[in-house]
Amino acid sequence: MEPIRQIRSRTVVLASSNIDTDQIIPARFLTVTTRSGLGRSLFQDLRHLPDGRPDPQFPLNRPEAAGCTILVAGDNFGCGSSREHAPWALVDHGFRAVVSTAMADIFTNNALKNGLLPVIVDADTHRWLIDHPGAEILIDLEARRLTLPDGRSSAFPVEAFARHCLLNGIDELGYLQGKLAEIERYEAAHGR
Amino acid sequence: MAARNLFEKVWAEHEVVAETPDTPAVLYIDLHLTHEVTSPQAFSMLRASGRKVRRPDRTLATMDHSTPTRREQLLAEAQIPLDDAAKQVRQLEQNAREFGVELYGLGDPRRGIVHVIGPEQGHTRPGMTIVCGDSHTSTHGALGALAFGIGSTEVGHVLATQCLLQRKPRTFSVEVQGRLQRGVSAKDLILAIIGRIGVSGGTGHVIEYRGPGIAALTMEERLTVCNMSIEAGARAGMIAPDEVTFAYLADRPGMMQGEAWDEAVARWRSLSSDPGATYDRSVTIDASAVEPMITYGTNPGMVLPVGGTIPATQGNAVFDRALSYMGFHGGEPMLGKRVDVVFVGSCTNGRLEDLQAAARVLKGRRVAAGVQMLVVPGSQLIKRQAEELGLADVFRSAGAEWRESGCSMCLGMNGDTVASGAYAVSTSNRNFEGRQGVGARTLLASPYTAAASAVAGRIADPREML
Repeated sequence: MEPIRQIRSRTVVLASSNIDTDQIIPARFLTVTTRSGLGRSLFQDLRHLPDGRPDPQFPLNRPEAAGCTILVAGDNFGCGSSREHAPWALVDHGFRAVVSTAMADIFTNNALKNGLLPVIVDADTHRWLIDHPGAEILIDLEARRLTLPDGRSSAFPVEAFARHCLLNGIDELGYLQGKLAEIERYEAAHGR
Repeated sequence: MAARNLFEKVWAEHEVVAETPDTPAVLYIDLHLTHEVTSPQAFSMLRASGRKVRRPDRTLATMDHSTPTRREQLLAEAQIPLDDAAKQVRQLEQNAREFGVELYGLGDPRRGIVHVIGPEQGHTRPGMTIVCGDSHTSTHGALGALAFGIGSTEVGHVLATQCLLQRKPRTFSVEVQGRLQRGVSAKDLILAIIGRIGVSGGTGHVIEYRGPGIAALTMEERLTVCNMSIEAGARAGMIAPDEVTFAYLADRPGMMQGEAWDEAVARWRSLSSDPGATYDRSVTIDASAVEPMITYGTNPGMVLPVGGTIPATQGNAVFDRALSYMGFHGGEPMLGKRVDVVFVGSCTNGRLEDLQAAARVLKGRRVAAGVQMLVVPGSQLIKRQAEELGLADVFRSAGAEWRESGCSMCLGMNGDTVASGAYAVSTSNRNFEGRQGVGARTLLASPYTAAASAVAGRIADPREML
């Protein structure tokens, strides 16, 4: 995985709260056996009008969304199913970070394992971001700070080990495999 | 030792390496359940890196999401109507063979929805840690296991090491006082709980459901309650094992006998939260005040008693969008609203007692003209039991379709979908936009309410038909 230190981009804003993983990628696109190419199904039903044409009003379909790597979303983003297809689709589309006031647990775990940074900010910062779609912001993973265009910045939490892995481009599985001796000892001691 | 709650005891027993400020805990996983949708990428990762499944004896595979529910399609796999779904099924068969994992495949009488067969076939046991690439893994917590959903990368971690890196979640006590009234089910109780704490109320927490209102529930009712913990955002839901649990377990295939059983029961008994154990959060719910519930919006927290009225719009764009999607308006009563499809099934309400509840309402009645009703058992075993008990005949005589087991219309991956704009009263767990099909409008309810609404052709209060 590529190390992540800073992400600087204009934002795309989806202000709705409770955007669930069925909206991020509907179940009918889960009949795949690989993780590639899911970006084309990202927000499929939100992006299209009932007649199948792209909805020109949907933020991701607007010309200014091209090249944006930061998604600002409403509260409780990623709730619902455990499908990792949701972060796979977001990353395949080009997103590197999602900013919200809260995100679902499983989505957060899945995102961190795919180089998609979940950034939880305070309500005031979030309000400003929702009100200013397209603002160019800086997310600094090393400093754990999000900086607005006027220079104001706010801290965000990120689990220490996941941050270490993202900063250094390390796969968590390698660390787990390094604990094999402890795992074997545990199995012997606990009748596993 | 300080008083510990159920979750803390199970967690402590499975810590291979404790967490530190810099590193999460290494948590041992006793049972890893896999299915065809979230496992292919994990098996591919193993293959690409030359790894093996470390403990195939602690891994079980089944197929449920993409599988057909029409008998003629099940018998000839080539006829699975969706090419990609057929490919996914074949891929799991190949992965299970290649990595030595036991598979309850298409023709296996033990096959079913992963969260139904785990408890049913005796795999799920108290005090275990259980994971699956599926958010409704919380179901298994009803037997006193710590069970939660994971993504496909983590599925790969467990396949390769039998462990997961985890931060210790917080705990949340949901104490249930009183007893459910006639015609009110465990589904109504958990919908009422979600309505109370909200769809993100449990985020970061493991819920323990406790109190006399929980002790009074059957095992199957407890499975329904724990199943929907994730709809409140919770990592997992748990219920301490008791006599109800032990009686259920004693009947399971492959269960230990004699002295080994006695020792296991003694161990399981000790899992209950100690007197004075504390939780990070707590709420109390009165079960006797819960009424048959139904959702009116596009998340499970948008729920009210079936006799209730849709709340007036509060100038909230998300709320308004949900009502617009549903074709509803603030101030309208739910009773009497049109119904096009009724779905009884899923890991939430596809067990035998759920089918019995629906059959109780349908016996001697007919599904209303113009309503399609689908009854999909949670497993092939439940299907056989329902047929032996005559429930299948009740469904067929009433005009409902009786299918093979699977996730089916809960998420429509296998082609069982609801048409755009149609209203579906569903005993499943999610009323998200498009969950049951593009533009489908889902109303979550109990098997009683679903069956009563099928008969009326309108949203109905089941208590009038019991």
